[in-house]
Amino acid sequence: MGPKITRRDFARLSAFGGAVFASGLWQGAAATPPAEDFYFVQLSDLHWGFEGPPNPEAKTTLKRAIAEVNAMPKPPDFVVFTGDLTHTTDDDAERRRRMAEVKTIIGGLNVRDIKFLAGEHDASLDWGAAFKDHFGPTRYTFDHKGVHFIALDNVSDPGGQIGKEQLDWLAADLGAQPKAKPVVVLTHRPLFDLYPQWDWATRDGAAAIEILQTHPKVTVFYGHIHQENHFMTGAIAHHSAKSLIFALPAPGSTPKRTPVAWDPAEPFRGLGFRSIEAEPETAGYELYEMGIKA
Amino acid sequence: MRPIIVATILLCLLGAVALAATPSERHIVIKASRFFYTPARIVLKTGEPVVLDLTALDRLHGFDIPDLKVRADVLPGQVTSVRIVPPKAGSYEFHCDNFCGTGHETMAAVIVVED
Repeated sequence: MGPKITRRDFARLSAFGGAVFASGLWQGAAATPPAEDFYFVQLSDLHWGFEGPPNPEAKTTLKRAIAEVNAMPKPPDFVVFTGDLTHTTDDDAERRRRMAEVKTIIGGLNVRDIKFLAGEHDASLDWGAAFKDHFGPTRYTFDHKGVHFIALDNVSDPGGQIGKEQLDWLAADLGAQPKAKPVVVLTHRPLFDLYPQWDWATRDGAAAIEILQTHPKVTVFYGHIHQENHFMTGAIAHHSAKSLIFALPAPGSTPKRTPVAWDPAEPFRGLGFRSIEAEPETAGYELYEMGIKA
Repeated sequence: MRPIIVATILLCLLGAVALAATPSERHIVIKASRFFYTPARIVLKTGEPVVLDLTALDRLHGFDIPDLKVRADVLPGQVTSVRIVPPKAGSYEFHCDNFCGTGHETMAAVIVVED
């Protein structure tokens, strides 16, 4: 067993980061023996291939984030990318070129266990075909140190739907998990109606939440909206991550969801990633928001 | 009368669900193509039943008015008719909710409802 991460370690890790958010701590039955705490890193919405004024450093932002992850005192157990690894293009060859390129860049992480999810920019124009060729399946599960993870695909269908077949798969998988076991759902779009006016929703997300509510210890991490957001549906906490390309306005705060303008006086403002300290014994998670160093 | 493909319609205040249009109701043609709707602005009267005849010129698009809880798929070569009765004055934005490419996020238009 490796060294346990302490609060002090995380204070150091987040020295250049932002606020700390602790999701709900559930007082479930203690596992026997106690599960080991661990941490993982969430990066999201890289949009590799994007070019434009919202980010004149588009070609360096991801690389800076990777350097920051590599500089952590102790490597995370794994890194998860919650979608939109690439910016969309109608040209299938160009899409595949962007995917190959971003995969090479991500290979610079000093972490070998990397989980990928698709975003609509990656998958919605070809039902995930190019994504699967480069990054593997768009939905899957894995277990890590007492936590059950479910990667849910709500983007391969261009309508932003999970679909009945996948919902059935979700219900079967979740139903097989002990109630005391923490479950983390990783996905791209919000599962709840965050702001449907900007397409910040999953068309059949309510059905997914209904299934997830059958388990007492579910937490969701997602991307898509290019900013932090923390929301509860019943006992389920939903946490969105910042982007690594440009920030978007708070839901409904502006007439259009136009990217937040790049500020030369404060480059990379609003961009970043997070580390997540998981405490399987309590099904608790502490979130540490990291900025991008100029 | 042209057959009506009825989309999900929940009329917030009137509480009525329309199953078919009547011949006297006004029809408005809306064409969807990447990445805009034509017309981009539609003016209606409060309580006026209207049938929106939607068609796509290039590929699958969507038509979603979240504030009225109305949505439909918009397909090329096919007319999808959606009947609405605007419940109250205001601006009701609609947007494409079937991802359609680089400008998808900007594909939106508005229905302005006046008393």
